[in-house]
Amino acid sequence: MSLGYLERGYLEKDELPPFPSEERLKKRAVAYIECPQPIPCSPCFESCPADAIEMKNINDPPKVDYEKCTGCMKCIRVCPGLAIFMLRLRDDGVGEVTLQYEFLPWLKKGDRVKLYNRKGEEIGEGVVNWVLPPERNDNTSLVRVEVPAELIFEVRAVKPVR
Amino acid sequence: MVRVDHGRLQEHPIIEFKRGREVTIYFNGQPVKAYEGETVAAALYAAGVRVFSRSFRWHRPRGFFCAIGKCSACMMEVDGIPNVRTCKVYVRDGMQVRTQSGLPDAERDVFSILDNVIDKVFPHGSHYTKFTTSKKAREFMLRQMRKFTGFGNPPRAVFQGEAELEEIETDVLVVGGGPGGMSAAINAGKYGARVLLVDENPFLGGQLVKQTHRFFGSAKERAGTRGIKIGQILEEELNSIENVEVRKETRVFGIYSGEAGAYQRIDDYRGKLLRIRAKKIVVATGAYERTLIFENNDLPGVYGAGGVQTLMNVYGIKPGNLGLIVGSGNVGLILTYQLMQAGVNVAAIVEAMPRIGGYFVHAAKVRRLGVPIYVRHTILKATGKKSVEGAVIAQLDDRWQPIPGTERKIDCDFICVAVGLSPTHELLYQAGCEMKFVPELGGLVPLRTRFNETSIKGIYVAGDVAGIEEATAAIMEGRIAGIHAAVTLGYGGEEAKKELEEAVKEIEEFRAGPFGERIICGLEKCTLESEVML
Repeated sequence: MSLGYLERGYLEKDELPPFPSEERLKKRAVAYIECPQPIPCSPCFESCPADAIEMKNINDPPKVDYEKCTGCMKCIRVCPGLAIFMLRLRDDGVGEVTLQYEFLPWLKKGDRVKLYNRKGEEIGEGVVNWVLPPERNDNTSLVRVEVPAELIFEVRAVKPVR
Repeated sequence: MVRVDHGRLQEHPIIEFKRGREVTIYFNGQPVKAYEGETVAAALYAAGVRVFSRSFRWHRPRGFFCAIGKCSACMMEVDGIPNVRTCKVYVRDGMQVRTQSGLPDAERDVFSILDNVIDKVFPHGSHYTKFTTSKKAREFMLRQMRKFTGFGNPPRAVFQGEAELEEIETDVLVVGGGPGGMSAAINAGKYGARVLLVDENPFLGGQLVKQTHRFFGSAKERAGTRGIKIGQILEEELNSIENVEVRKETRVFGIYSGEAGAYQRIDDYRGKLLRIRAKKIVVATGAYERTLIFENNDLPGVYGAGGVQTLMNVYGIKPGNLGLIVGSGNVGLILTYQLMQAGVNVAAIVEAMPRIGGYFVHAAKVRRLGVPIYVRHTILKATGKKSVEGAVIAQLDDRWQPIPGTERKIDCDFICVAVGLSPTHELLYQAGCEMKFVPELGGLVPLRTRFNETSIKGIYVAGDVAGIEEATAAIMEGRIAGIHAAVTLGYGGEEAKKELEEAVKEIEEFRAGPFGERIICGLEKCTLESEVML
């Protein structure tokens, strides 16, 4: 078992979970969970109403059945590891990434943000087009950002443009 | 950016700081602004004080370190009483605080010159052999040395307060009101046992009060809920059980064959001695932070990771502007994220092991925010005169030796040491429990049965004092200890026995993953009734 990600602190391409099909990504948002390590944690599994997350025991890393996932966002609201991202490809060719956000100032719809990849490198700019405000989710805000379609598997953090 | 005023965070994404009335304390005669509810150490830190004391021999500057009363770096004279841990004393208007070593004070100490010369004139141990010509000379010099080393001067006045004695009888005494202790009290209490829970702090929750992150585990263990909230939930549950009594600011100082002695603080001038006769005692005293050996590791600005969490998340005080984190266990990783939430930058995380020690997801969330993580690296030294101005790190080879030429200077104004914890085992040791050094569990731990009963019948352990793990495991252990104590006292019947078996099964499942391997390996070395080798 290669554990290179534990030397780096981020996942390389070959360590990522399988990608949802383009067809599925176009239908509606889908949960993409970057949680490769066996740790005793199961709130995503327990919160899923569609039975789309497979977990054999509490230490088993979650696997998402992308066809069963309805994009309801229950799991991303509770993930303590901030490891879940909702991904979507819109018909107009724009990609959308929804991520958990716990920093001040809180982001609002319309805010421009810098986009960062898993290594913390700046890879572009995007626009926030929806937020779940922090007060509605125990101070973990959900932020949906419009990004270039080819970056939905890259963008993993945002910071406001000053 | 997060707004800061007078060293204090004015806003925070997760925590709402409720500060009390503004008061003035006097530090070496100078007025310092503080808020009720803050400790003296926290208020001084916010005011920019970094040198809290001087070391005994060399008069090296010492600063804030652990913030929870376990180290002695913050000892000062408070209202005439020497050797007070200022991180455990709350501010009061008009309070007089003085540093007790250094001339004229710890900050400007002229004796700091000794750091360079003392070994030549006064080699180690020479205080036993010098000034022994006559008793008078010896006594005189002892007094001078005592002053000189900063042990403080004993108060001249005779104690005027009242000392009361109270005798208490109870079924279960729980020592420590953190997650393990509260869980033990709840689970013994809910089956009808009379429980007394004592904690040395004026609040319950132990170290949960600074855990702003959402917890891992399963929904049953309240995963996805923030640690601070879990503390509140447990406390509410505790308060809802009638036969559970809670006494805060009460320290147990000894366990003597089934009886415990404790001191309860009533106010600044009054206290009570408690003699507690308990049929069962659950010790849940937690753990304290380890430090690491490197050059200048005593420089103010080198802090315990938990100390920084207390300062920042409990008192809302900004620890610095740019931190360096030593250790990539969950504490180091979570602290990094929490610092960033408070608007503090983190220069890097260094880890001596070849891989990150904590959960990958905790590492990923700071890595993507641009914090470098250097594995196989260590800190060689902290630089700075009276406080940290930087650090030097270097890469390690396969034999844990720094590789020459790989040294790198890191700019930072504080360093957090997050290299693990050691169980606060003293009470168990004093009580006579059989102890064993188990590195996997963090140090000296008691032998225990699978129901967490120690070698002394009726004394149980729960939480970090039984072995360093985490809050979720502490809650599970507390449940086991609490129910077992109740069951063996005849409470709860079949229902309790069934829950006990379930609780044991659940913790086994919880530890079944790779992160539990180490714990299980440690537990095998100290489980009673399975041929423990001492």
